Amino acid sequence: MKVLVSVKRVADSNVRVQVKPDGSGVVTDGVKMSMNPFDEIAMEEAVRLKEKGAVTEIVAVTVGGDKSQETLRTALAFGADRAVHVKEDGDIQPLAAAQALAAVFKKEDAKLFLLGKQAIDDDANQTGQMVAGLLDLPQATFASKIEIDGDKAKVTREVDAGLETLEVDLPAIITADLRLNEPRYLKLPDIIKAKKKPLEAVSFADLGVTPGAGLKVVKIASPPTRNQGEMLVMGARESGIAAPPPIRRTAEMFKTVDELIAKLKEKSLV
Amino acid sequence: MPVERDVMEYDVIVVGAGPAGLSAAIRLKQLAGKVGKELGVCVVEKGSEVGAHILSGAVFDPHALNELIPDWKNKGAPLLSPVTRDEIYFFLSADKAVKVPNLLVPKTMHNEGNYVISLGKLVRWLGEQAEALGVEIYPGFAAQDYIFEDGAVRGIVTGDMGVARDGHHKDGYAPGMELRAKYTLFAEGCRGHLGKRLIAQFKLDADSDPQHYAIGLKELWEIPTDEHQPGLVVHGAGWPLDNTSPGGSFLYHLENNQVAVGLIVDLSYSNPYLQPFGEFQRFKHHPVIRRYLEGGKRIAYGARAMTKGGLNSLPKMVFPGGALIGCDAGTLVYSKIKGNHTAMKSGMLAAEAAAERLLAGGEGADKLTTYPERYKASWAHDELYRSRNFGSAMHKFGMWLGAAFVYIDQNGFGGKLPFTLHDRKPDFKTLKLAAESKKLDYPKPDGKLSFDLLSSVFMSSTNHAEDQPVHLLLKDPAIPIRENLPNYDEPAQRYCPAGVYEVVYEDGKPRFQINAQNCVHCKTCDIKDPAQNITWVAPEGGGGPNYSAM
Repeated sequence: MKVLVSVKRVADSNVRVQVKPDGSGVVTDGVKMSMNPFDEIAMEEAVRLKEKGAVTEIVAVTVGGDKSQETLRTALAFGADRAVHVKEDGDIQPLAAAQALAAVFKKEDAKLFLLGKQAIDDDANQTGQMVAGLLDLPQATFASKIEIDGDKAKVTREVDAGLETLEVDLPAIITADLRLNEPRYLKLPDIIKAKKKPLEAVSFADLGVTPGAGLKVVKIASPPTRNQGEMLVMGARESGIAAPPPIRRTAEMFKTVDELIAKLKEKSLV
Repeated sequence: MPVERDVMEYDVIVVGAGPAGLSAAIRLKQLAGKVGKELGVCVVEKGSEVGAHILSGAVFDPHALNELIPDWKNKGAPLLSPVTRDEIYFFLSADKAVKVPNLLVPKTMHNEGNYVISLGKLVRWLGEQAEALGVEIYPGFAAQDYIFEDGAVRGIVTGDMGVARDGHHKDGYAPGMELRAKYTLFAEGCRGHLGKRLIAQFKLDADSDPQHYAIGLKELWEIPTDEHQPGLVVHGAGWPLDNTSPGGSFLYHLENNQVAVGLIVDLSYSNPYLQPFGEFQRFKHHPVIRRYLEGGKRIAYGARAMTKGGLNSLPKMVFPGGALIGCDAGTLVYSKIKGNHTAMKSGMLAAEAAAERLLAGGEGADKLTTYPERYKASWAHDELYRSRNFGSAMHKFGMWLGAAFVYIDQNGFGGKLPFTLHDRKPDFKTLKLAAESKKLDYPKPDGKLSFDLLSSVFMSSTNHAEDQPVHLLLKDPAIPIRENLPNYDEPAQRYCPAGVYEVVYEDGKPRFQINAQNCVHCKTCDIKDPAQNITWVAPEGGGGPNYSAM
């Protein structure tokens, strides 16, 4: 069974993103970029399925500029067998990405499409769903467990009420949630091997896709800064529980409820 | 049980993708290419990507880059802001300063022909140049140890990934690899943790003064266009530091309305109550500095120790199988407060020495004796020679007389006075007892120009995988509370620019706490701890700050 995994190059989750002064977007110049963490989880799942024998070939795909090939190399180091780069330098809207991914899925004639549930840059959470719509295939989103059984996949999803288990016929689209797995550490030899694995570049035109657009970014702004709060802690020392360091350093400590209430009254909070 | 490790072999392994390491790697490939041969060159870097752990002022002297990549302009090197003006101030107090007339400025502080840059950006660009030449660069892999066999260094071992805090192997544990090489070049920067061990093992510092250090704290600001003067370089001495704790300050105007502002505090300071971070925050309120920052926005924070001992403190740079290059050896020219160009040059010279042997069929593991010879004959050594009295003059005579001496030495004699001042007291021995020292009060940050420590560390985008062994080792865990606390009020609480060390009181009893996940890899604790009890080792690869353009 062939599985397609899409990976997106995004600003690393540890980086503090800065909004450009003109509000047209965020600064990515000099910023560390990484594979979208949810896509890493999708990638890891594909590798685990292959290790279990449920999958025979893993193809990684991305849509983006030249630098997104680095993200494909990471996918290849994870264990993808080959990679497809849909090259597009401009702004890529979720619909355009979904169209390209759907076209690659069709072309590859894959049985399963794994994606992260959303990318951490725009948090749109719609690419997987739109791919399913475009291909008219079953979808199972927010997967926290995936079991392949012949022509079917059993997918557990975390929903508000608890765990929901779906069964979908393959081919299907499955998007990965945080608790599906914990991605492995990449090993140096695998990173080296990844450099030699096949990577094919195609364009929207090659895929016969006219990228859809419909969204216009009006403005990007930082969230308003909040006034610094004040911490009032009661009984931390007496209870023997040490408050975490930031609290300990800044908080005002109270021994009794009365003292605490007096302070809150003083601040007209009660 | 010995761990089974994968092994890979190269001609040369470089530890650290900074200016020295990448220049060495590029030079090796260039020299091999010239004669149509192949050299396998691998660079390991503990940061999550090339540049993630790079922090420098920086005013950049392009001397070494001109030699390494003469057509750097065409290749798009990020040297975008030529220095347009130098200003030097003596800060007299919190609101007074005198501008030093150009005539009285030591020659080494003139910056015509230099550039205001982000070293982080330059290093990323150097990384691309190196990869284009076929250098293999592996960020996220820390050199944890070196391989020492039959009297020579034969490569390094990368750190294990996936070890829990208590030492057990987590799911996905991946043992580190042995990377073996004919020569290993150590370019870890100031106070590299392997460099420190190599210096001790091979007694490389037997004939030199102790190394001296400073801690540099830096912030990047985006300021209003009206106040932005691309290429303006402002240096300062004096307040908030004083005669007993010298140092200096800088404010550099980069491109895109950005300004780098920083304070450098000599780690020879004597008052254990001194907090470099607090001094830096206070410094930004001085009218000379404030006028640029007001109305602006801080976008990054970081800190890094730097070597400043210069020629007198420079250890031997070679040992069987390898060499120290750049600030791992200590090639920074403190009178110019510049080390990037000399670090690059030392890397290039070590590469030339290694390439000469390897391309002649050498098997490695010997001493690259022609590297120190080449270095001694180079302009990089000459610069260091001329400024050899700078740091020790400041330590010996204090800031004012020291500055006068430096002026005469540099402008009157071109740094060639026929004697050398030595400073043989290591920085960890300079602290006075807390009981004999004045407590220092630091003003509350205003949240506009000055900030608290934790929100600052947050601006360095520092991250370490949470469940891993603490990478700050105490030789004797009792010393902080038993000795450092009564004697010096445990200065680690204050010299650390990232809030790693705390003394917390539980039931009235003090306990020493290490918040290792905050560590910005500056190495100050390893240098300044009066008991020399703290050893900095590399945490899991990829951990530490994620500087974008520092």
